[in-house]
Amino acid sequence: MSLWLGIFIASIAVYSWKLLGYVVPKTVLDNPKIAKVASLLTISLLAALTGVQMLTSGSKIEFDARIPALLVAAVLLAFRVPFIVMVAVAAGAAALIRLVF
Amino acid sequence: MSRFSPVATMSVGVGFATGLYGISFGALATTAGLDVWQTQVLSLLMFSGGSQFAFIGVIAAGGPAAVGAAVISAWLLGVRNGFYAVSMNPLLEIFGWKRLVAAQLTIDESTGVSTSQESLKDKRAGFWITGMSVFIFWNSMTLLGAVLGDALGDPKQWGLDAAAAAAFLGLLWPRLKERQALAVAALAFFVAVVTTPALPAGVPVMLAGIVAVVVGVLNIFERKGKGE
Repeated sequence: MSLWLGIFIASIAVYSWKLLGYVVPKTVLDNPKIAKVASLLTISLLAALTGVQMLTSGSKIEFDARIPALLVAAVLLAFRVPFIVMVAVAAGAAALIRLVF
Repeated sequence: MSRFSPVATMSVGVGFATGLYGISFGALATTAGLDVWQTQVLSLLMFSGGSQFAFIGVIAAGGPAAVGAAVISAWLLGVRNGFYAVSMNPLLEIFGWKRLVAAQLTIDESTGVSTSQESLKDKRAGFWITGMSVFIFWNSMTLLGAVLGDALGDPKQWGLDAAAAAAFLGLLWPRLKERQALAVAALAFFVAVVTTPALPAGVPVMLAGIVAVVVGVLNIFERKGKGE
Protein backbone atom coordinates (compact mmCIF):
# COMPACT_ATOMS: atom_id res chain seq x y z
CA MET A 1 0.00 0.00 0.00
CA SER A 2 1.37 3.42 -0.88
CA LEU A 3 1.77 6.01 1.86
CA TRP A 4 -0.82 8.32 0.28
CA LEU A 5 -3.39 5.52 0.02
CA GLY A 6 -2.68 4.59 3.65
CA ILE A 7 -3.24 8.19 4.75
CA PHE A 8 -6.65 8.31 3.05
CA ILE A 9 -7.80 4.89 4.26
CA ALA A 10 -6.67 5.59 7.83
CA SER A 11 -8.39 9.00 7.79
CA ILE A 12 -11.67 7.49 6.59
CA ALA A 13 -11.32 4.70 9.17
CA VAL A 14 -10.85 7.20 12.01
CA TYR A 15 -13.74 9.36 10.75
CA SER A 16 -16.00 6.32 10.56
CA TRP A 17 -15.75 5.86 14.36
CA LYS A 18 -16.71 9.50 14.89
CA LEU A 19 -19.71 9.26 12.59
CA LEU A 20 -20.76 5.85 13.90
CA GLY A 21 -21.35 7.33 17.35
CA TYR A 22 -23.93 9.74 15.86
CA VAL A 23 -25.85 7.21 13.79
CA VAL A 24 -26.04 4.00 15.79
CA PRO A 25 -28.77 3.71 18.43
CA LYS A 26 -27.43 4.71 21.85
CA THR A 27 -28.10 1.27 23.31
CA VAL A 28 -25.59 -0.45 21.01
CA LEU A 29 -22.49 1.38 22.22
CA ASP A 30 -23.81 2.35 25.62
CA ASN A 31 -22.66 -0.90 27.18
CA PRO A 32 -20.27 -0.64 30.16
CA LYS A 33 -18.22 -3.63 28.99
CA ILE A 34 -17.69 -2.24 25.49
CA ALA A 35 -16.88 1.20 26.90
CA LYS A 36 -14.34 -0.37 29.26
CA VAL A 37 -12.60 -2.33 26.49
CA ALA A 38 -12.48 0.80 24.31
CA SER A 39 -10.92 2.85 27.08
CA LEU A 40 -8.35 0.13 27.88
CA LEU A 41 -7.61 -0.24 24.16
CA THR A 42 -6.63 3.44 23.98
CA ILE A 43 -4.40 3.03 27.04
CA SER A 44 -2.71 -0.14 25.76
CA LEU A 45 -1.97 1.31 22.32
CA LEU A 46 -0.53 4.53 23.74
CA ALA A 47 1.60 2.56 26.23
CA ALA A 48 2.83 0.22 23.48
CA LEU A 49 3.70 3.17 21.24
CA THR A 50 5.56 4.81 24.14
CA GLY A 51 7.56 1.62 24.67
CA VAL A 52 8.39 1.06 21.01
CA GLN A 53 9.36 4.69 20.51
CA MET A 54 11.44 4.75 23.70
CA LEU A 55 13.29 1.43 23.64
CA THR A 56 13.50 0.17 20.05
CA SER A 57 15.21 1.17 16.80
CA GLY A 58 14.01 -0.69 13.72
CA SER A 59 13.68 -4.30 14.88
CA LYS A 60 16.21 -4.02 17.74
CA ILE A 61 15.75 -3.22 21.41
CA GLU A 62 18.09 -0.32 22.14
CA PHE A 63 18.82 1.57 25.36
CA ASP A 64 20.08 5.10 24.73
CA ALA A 65 19.58 8.80 25.54
CA ARG A 66 15.82 8.39 25.15
CA ILE A 67 15.56 6.68 28.55
CA PRO A 68 16.82 9.59 30.68
CA ALA A 69 14.83 11.98 28.43
CA LEU A 70 11.63 10.04 29.17
CA LEU A 71 12.38 10.07 32.90
CA VAL A 72 12.59 13.86 32.66
CA ALA A 73 9.29 13.87 30.73
CA ALA A 74 7.60 11.76 33.42
CA VAL A 75 8.75 14.15 36.17
CA LEU A 76 7.41 17.13 34.17
CA LEU A 77 4.08 15.36 33.62
CA ALA A 78 3.82 14.65 37.34
CA PHE A 79 4.18 18.41 37.92
CA ARG A 80 1.51 19.15 35.29
CA VAL A 81 3.85 20.98 32.94
CA PRO A 82 2.06 21.78 29.61
CA PHE A 83 2.37 19.14 26.88
CA ILE A 84 4.40 21.19 24.40
CA VAL A 85 6.93 22.28 27.06
CA MET A 86 7.30 18.68 28.29
CA VAL A 87 7.90 17.39 24.75
CA ALA A 88 10.42 20.15 23.98
CA VAL A 89 12.37 19.58 27.22
CA ALA A 90 12.47 15.81 26.60
CA ALA A 91 13.87 16.42 23.10
CA GLY A 92 16.39 18.90 24.50
CA ALA A 93 17.49 16.44 27.20
CA ALA A 94 18.13 13.68 24.64
CA ALA A 95 19.94 16.08 22.29
CA LEU A 96 22.13 17.38 25.10
CA ILE A 97 23.04 13.88 26.34
CA ARG A 98 24.02 12.87 22.79
CA LEU A 99 26.09 16.03 22.39
CA VAL A 100 28.00 15.48 25.65
CA PHE A 101 28.56 11.69 25.53
CA MET B 1 -14.52 42.14 32.12
CA SER B 2 -14.40 40.13 28.92
CA ARG B 3 -16.71 40.62 25.96
CA PHE B 4 -16.67 36.87 25.54
CA SER B 5 -18.57 34.36 27.62
CA PRO B 6 -16.51 32.16 29.96
CA VAL B 7 -17.20 29.09 27.81
CA ALA B 8 -15.89 30.84 24.67
CA THR B 9 -12.73 32.00 26.47
CA MET B 10 -12.11 28.51 27.80
CA SER B 11 -12.79 26.88 24.42
CA VAL B 12 -10.38 29.09 22.50
CA GLY B 13 -7.76 28.66 25.25
CA VAL B 14 -7.99 24.87 25.01
CA GLY B 15 -7.91 25.12 21.22
CA PHE B 16 -4.75 27.20 21.27
CA ALA B 17 -2.96 25.03 23.85
CA THR B 18 -3.82 21.86 21.92
CA GLY B 19 -2.96 23.47 18.61
CA LEU B 20 0.53 24.26 19.87
CA TYR B 21 1.53 20.64 19.99
CA GLY B 22 0.56 20.40 16.35
CA ILE B 23 4.10 21.78 15.97
CA SER B 24 5.53 18.58 17.45
CA PHE B 25 3.23 16.47 15.28
CA GLY B 26 4.29 18.30 12.11
CA ALA B 27 8.00 18.07 12.93
CA LEU B 28 7.81 14.38 13.88
CA ALA B 29 5.76 13.49 10.81
CA THR B 30 8.26 14.93 8.35
CA THR B 31 11.19 13.34 10.19
CA ALA B 32 9.28 10.02 10.08
CA GLY B 33 9.39 10.19 6.28
CA LEU B 34 6.17 11.96 5.29
CA ASP B 35 6.32 15.06 3.12
CA VAL B 36 4.74 18.37 4.14
CA TRP B 37 1.57 17.67 2.11
CA GLN B 38 1.03 14.19 3.57
CA THR B 39 1.52 15.60 7.05
CA GLN B 40 -1.00 18.38 6.44
CA VAL B 41 -3.60 16.02 4.95
CA LEU B 42 -3.37 13.86 8.07
CA SER B 43 -4.16 16.84 10.28
CA LEU B 44 -7.03 17.98 8.02
CA LEU B 45 -8.68 14.62 7.37
CA MET B 46 -7.74 12.37 10.28
CA PHE B 47 -7.83 15.17 12.87
CA SER B 48 -7.30 13.06 15.98
CA GLY B 49 -3.95 13.52 17.74
CA GLY B 50 -3.55 10.01 19.13
CA SER B 51 -4.31 8.34 15.78
CA GLN B 52 -2.03 10.74 13.90
CA PHE B 53 0.91 10.17 16.25
CA ALA B 54 0.28 6.41 16.04
CA PHE B 55 0.26 6.48 12.24
CA ILE B 56 3.59 8.33 11.95
CA GLY B 57 5.09 6.36 14.85
CA VAL B 58 4.58 3.06 13.02
CA ILE B 59 5.87 4.57 9.75
CA ALA B 60 8.94 5.89 11.59
CA ALA B 61 9.67 2.41 12.95
CA GLY B 62 8.86 0.32 9.88
CA GLY B 63 9.09 2.59 6.85
CA PRO B 64 6.84 2.22 3.78
CA ALA B 65 6.43 -1.54 4.41
CA ALA B 66 4.51 -0.76 7.60
CA VAL B 67 1.71 1.33 6.04
CA GLY B 68 -0.89 -1.40 6.66
CA ALA B 69 0.05 -1.65 10.33
CA ALA B 70 0.03 2.15 10.59
CA VAL B 71 -3.54 2.27 9.22
CA ILE B 72 -4.76 -0.34 11.72
CA SER B 73 -3.03 1.33 14.68
CA ALA B 74 -4.55 4.72 13.80
CA TRP B 75 -7.98 3.15 13.33
CA LEU B 76 -7.90 1.33 16.68
CA LEU B 77 -6.78 4.47 18.50
CA GLY B 78 -9.73 6.34 17.02
CA VAL B 79 -12.32 4.11 18.67
CA ARG B 80 -12.73 6.40 21.70
CA ASN B 81 -14.02 9.18 19.43
CA GLY B 82 -17.01 6.95 18.67
CA PHE B 83 -17.87 6.92 22.36
CA TYR B 84 -17.50 10.69 22.56
CA ALA B 85 -19.95 10.93 19.65
CA VAL B 86 -22.45 8.77 21.54
CA SER B 87 -22.37 11.21 24.46
CA MET B 88 -22.46 14.33 22.24
CA ASN B 89 -25.32 13.15 20.00
CA PRO B 90 -28.24 13.82 22.40
CA LEU B 91 -26.75 17.19 23.42
CA LEU B 92 -26.18 18.57 19.93
CA GLU B 93 -29.42 17.36 18.27
CA ILE B 94 -28.16 18.02 14.76
CA PHE B 95 -28.81 16.38 11.41
CA GLY B 96 -27.68 16.46 7.79
CA TRP B 97 -24.39 18.16 6.88
CA LYS B 98 -24.00 19.68 10.34
CA ARG B 99 -23.77 16.18 11.71
CA LEU B 100 -20.95 15.35 9.28
CA VAL B 101 -19.05 18.44 10.48
CA ALA B 102 -19.75 17.68 14.15
CA ALA B 103 -18.43 14.15 13.67
CA GLN B 104 -15.09 15.46 12.39
CA LEU B 105 -14.83 17.82 15.38
CA THR B 106 -15.66 15.08 17.91
CA ILE B 107 -12.32 14.64 19.70
CA ASP B 108 -10.91 14.55 23.27
CA GLU B 109 -10.87 18.33 23.74
CA SER B 110 -14.26 19.34 22.29
CA THR B 111 -16.01 16.57 24.25
CA GLY B 112 -14.03 17.40 27.39
CA VAL B 113 -14.90 21.11 27.37
CA SER B 114 -18.53 20.44 26.44
CA THR B 115 -19.22 17.89 29.17
CA SER B 116 -17.66 20.13 31.83
CA GLN B 117 -20.29 22.87 31.20
CA GLU B 118 -23.49 23.31 33.21
CA SER B 119 -26.19 24.55 30.80
CA LEU B 120 -27.17 22.96 27.50
CA LYS B 121 -26.39 26.25 25.71
CA ASP B 122 -22.84 26.26 27.11
CA LYS B 123 -22.36 22.56 26.37
CA ARG B 124 -23.19 23.19 22.72
CA ALA B 125 -21.07 26.35 22.52
CA GLY B 126 -18.18 24.56 24.22
CA PHE B 127 -18.28 21.71 21.71
CA TRP B 128 -18.42 23.87 18.60
CA ILE B 129 -15.98 26.61 19.64
CA THR B 130 -13.43 24.17 21.05
CA GLY B 131 -13.70 21.86 18.04
CA MET B 132 -13.25 24.69 15.56
CA SER B 133 -10.44 26.34 17.56
CA VAL B 134 -8.51 23.09 17.83
CA PHE B 135 -9.03 22.47 14.10
CA ILE B 136 -7.69 25.88 13.09
CA PHE B 137 -4.72 25.96 15.50
CA TRP B 138 -3.85 22.27 15.08
CA ASN B 139 -3.71 22.56 11.30
CA SER B 140 -1.75 25.82 11.16
CA MET B 141 0.75 24.57 13.75
CA THR B 142 1.09 21.26 11.87
CA LEU B 143 2.19 23.21 8.80
CA LEU B 144 4.71 25.22 10.82
CA GLY B 145 6.09 22.06 12.44
CA ALA B 146 6.25 20.17 9.13
CA VAL B 147 8.26 22.94 7.48
CA LEU B 148 10.58 23.17 10.52
CA GLY B 149 10.97 19.38 10.70
CA ASP B 150 11.83 19.26 7.02
CA ALA B 151 14.65 21.75 7.60
CA LEU B 152 16.08 20.10 10.72
CA GLY B 153 18.01 17.21 9.15
CA ASP B 154 18.95 14.29 11.43
CA PRO B 155 16.04 13.89 13.88
CA LYS B 156 18.16 12.09 16.49
CA GLN B 157 20.58 15.00 16.77
CA TRP B 158 17.67 17.16 17.96
CA GLY B 159 16.26 14.48 20.25
CA LEU B 160 13.12 14.18 18.13
CA ASP B 161 12.97 10.40 18.66
CA ALA B 162 12.74 11.10 22.40
CA ALA B 163 10.14 13.80 21.67
CA ALA B 164 7.95 11.23 19.89
CA ALA B 165 8.11 8.89 22.88
CA ALA B 166 7.38 11.81 25.23
CA ALA B 167 4.35 12.77 23.11
CA PHE B 168 2.86 9.28 23.54
CA LEU B 169 3.63 9.37 27.26
CA GLY B 170 1.90 12.76 27.49
CA LEU B 171 -1.23 11.40 25.78
CA LEU B 172 -1.17 8.34 28.05
CA TRP B 173 -0.47 10.05 31.39
CA PRO B 174 -3.92 11.54 32.18
CA ARG B 175 -5.56 8.14 31.53
CA LEU B 176 -3.53 6.31 34.18
CA LYS B 177 -5.77 6.99 37.16
CA GLU B 178 -6.89 3.49 38.07
CA ARG B 179 -5.06 0.31 38.95
CA GLN B 180 -6.48 -1.58 35.97
CA ALA B 181 -5.35 1.17 33.59
CA LEU B 182 -1.83 1.10 35.06
CA ALA B 183 -1.65 -2.69 34.80
CA VAL B 184 -2.79 -2.65 31.16
CA ALA B 185 -0.31 0.12 30.32
CA ALA B 186 2.60 -1.74 31.93
CA LEU B 187 1.70 -5.03 30.22
CA ALA B 188 1.18 -3.40 26.83
CA PHE B 189 4.48 -1.51 27.11
CA PHE B 190 6.33 -4.74 27.95
CA VAL B 191 4.62 -6.89 25.29
CA ALA B 192 5.26 -4.34 22.52
CA VAL B 193 8.95 -3.90 23.39
CA VAL B 194 9.90 -7.57 23.85
CA THR B 195 8.10 -8.74 20.69
CA THR B 196 9.63 -6.02 18.49
CA PRO B 197 12.72 -8.09 17.46
CA ALA B 198 10.49 -11.01 16.39
CA LEU B 199 7.58 -9.31 14.57
CA PRO B 200 7.14 -6.93 11.61
CA ALA B 201 6.98 -3.22 12.54
CA GLY B 202 3.59 -2.14 13.86
CA VAL B 203 2.46 -5.64 14.80
CA PRO B 204 3.79 -5.44 18.40
CA VAL B 205 1.55 -2.40 18.96
CA MET B 206 -1.52 -4.28 17.73
CA LEU B 207 -0.57 -7.28 19.86
CA ALA B 208 -0.56 -4.94 22.86
CA GLY B 209 -4.11 -3.97 21.87
CA ILE B 210 -5.15 -7.58 22.41
CA VAL B 211 -3.92 -7.25 26.01
CA ALA B 212 -6.53 -4.54 26.54
CA VAL B 213 -9.33 -6.62 25.06
CA VAL B 214 -8.46 -9.64 27.22
CA VAL B 215 -8.16 -7.59 30.42
CA GLY B 216 -11.35 -5.65 29.64
CA VAL B 217 -13.48 -8.67 28.78
CA LEU B 218 -12.30 -10.76 31.74
CA ASN B 219 -12.22 -7.61 33.89
CA ILE B 220 -9.02 -8.56 35.69
CA PHE B 221 -6.75 -6.24 37.77
CA GLU B 222 -9.89 -4.42 38.92
CA ARG B 223 -9.79 -3.38 42.57
CA LYS B 224 -12.18 -5.65 44.49
CA GLY B 225 -15.48 -4.24 45.64
CA LYS B 226 -15.17 -1.22 43.38
CA GLY B 227 -17.88 -0.09 40.97
CA GLU B 228 -20.60 -2.19 42.58
